[in-house]
Amino acid sequence: MLSRRIIACLDVRDGRVVKGVRFEGHRDMGDVVELARRHRDAGADEIVLYDIAASPRGTCADPAWVGRVARDLDIPVCVAGGIRTVAQARSLLNAGADKVSINTPALERPDLIAELADAFGRQCVVVGVDSRRDGDGEWRVRSHSGDASRMRALPRRTLDWIAEAQERGAGEVVLNCMDSDGTRDGFDLGQLAAARAVCAVPLVASGGAGRAAHFEAAFRVDADAALAAGALHDGSLEIGALKRALDGAGIRVRLT
Amino acid sequence: MAPAVAIVDAGGANFASVRCAFERLGARAAIASDADGLRGADRIVLPGVGAAGPAMALLRDRGFDQALRSAGVPLLGICLGMQLLFATSAEGDVATLGLLPGRVEALPPAPGVRVPHMGWNAVATVGSTPLFDGIPPGTQMYFVHGYAAPQGVDCIAVATHGATFAAAVQRGTTFGVQFHPERSAGPGARLLDNFLRVPVP
Repeated sequence: MLSRRIIACLDVRDGRVVKGVRFEGHRDMGDVVELARRHRDAGADEIVLYDIAASPRGTCADPAWVGRVARDLDIPVCVAGGIRTVAQARSLLNAGADKVSINTPALERPDLIAELADAFGRQCVVVGVDSRRDGDGEWRVRSHSGDASRMRALPRRTLDWIAEAQERGAGEVVLNCMDSDGTRDGFDLGQLAAARAVCAVPLVASGGAGRAAHFEAAFRVDADAALAAGALHDGSLEIGALKRALDGAGIRVRLT
Repeated sequence: MAPAVAIVDAGGANFASVRCAFERLGARAAIASDADGLRGADRIVLPGVGAAGPAMALLRDRGFDQALRSAGVPLLGICLGMQLLFATSAEGDVATLGLLPGRVEALPPAPGVRVPHMGWNAVATVGSTPLFDGIPPGTQMYFVHGYAAPQGVDCIAVATHGATFAAAVQRGTTFGVQFHPERSAGPGARLLDNFLRVPVP
């Protein structure tokens, strides 16, 4: 039986892990290889490397440091940040990444999803969805969310986009619920459950991770994986303890 | 001298991580872009990410199909590389290498069973095999795939995702694993190390 996955997400700039508050004042946390290995040793099932500098610079994540991480790690690595073409994705996969994650470029040009799936197989293609509840109660997607000054609210409904992304070849969907992001009050379970109902490929919960109970709740609404960033980096959440708690609650995980 | 591992470039995207995994074990590993690149290798690895049809076309173009059928050294197919060892694949309905009898089929959809099968899943060995030396039954390995081989005569380990399928196969010194040992942490490294220790016939 398949385990539920715990994914550690690292924000990276020029090969250094950085941590920001509301997209500003990024603080250096250390070398990406060292921090990725620390999460691996702690029991992370997968690492997501998000190049936060790529999109604003009009480039894609840098294969040089992605390669350094991929050579060192022996768990799956997914890379996100400014990937707009098959050639860019290939350079990252050839550097050792296992999957690429696309967000704004997929919204701008949905054909990109199928192009990547045709080139590498859909298991390589992750579509990240940034979603927020609007005043009328409807969940809709946001683009350019990596940069607060450029973020745009789109008319596209989140659930419609999840269905479309799968149709086009997404092999996995990461649903980042922006209203709960950074709160550490738990994942947006209502939205996750609604997404689950339209998502037949693996679904990753993102936004709001704080305690083990939050992960348990996300898995009870049938998310396949849950992603954490801030709570892992500041040490308030420890993956080993988290997994033992989940195991104790009857959720199947990989214990290391 | 450390064994020389030739890694077949079948156009997939994961040969870099496979090479890194062997290098972490102290093996010499090189990417072979055509059949000549397999000469002198003590071990051959056929990795694979992508689809069966394009991968087979590429193997034929580069002369790998004949070379792999007469390799004479231990061979390990990983993921799609394992699937290509069989006779045919339902993915694109193509003839594959035919080193093992059988047909690779799509994982059947079922309620609560997501395809692609993505993540860590328990692997149970069937009988004893040197490939799983020191790897306890039920150890979790990392899988990412939408097609799988049925439990045939060459099956040495199984996993279950909705249906039960062959997680590993062996016929003589030809091996295949449906999961990704290069991304399966310590147990995956142990399996690759076991493969390096299989005696050359």
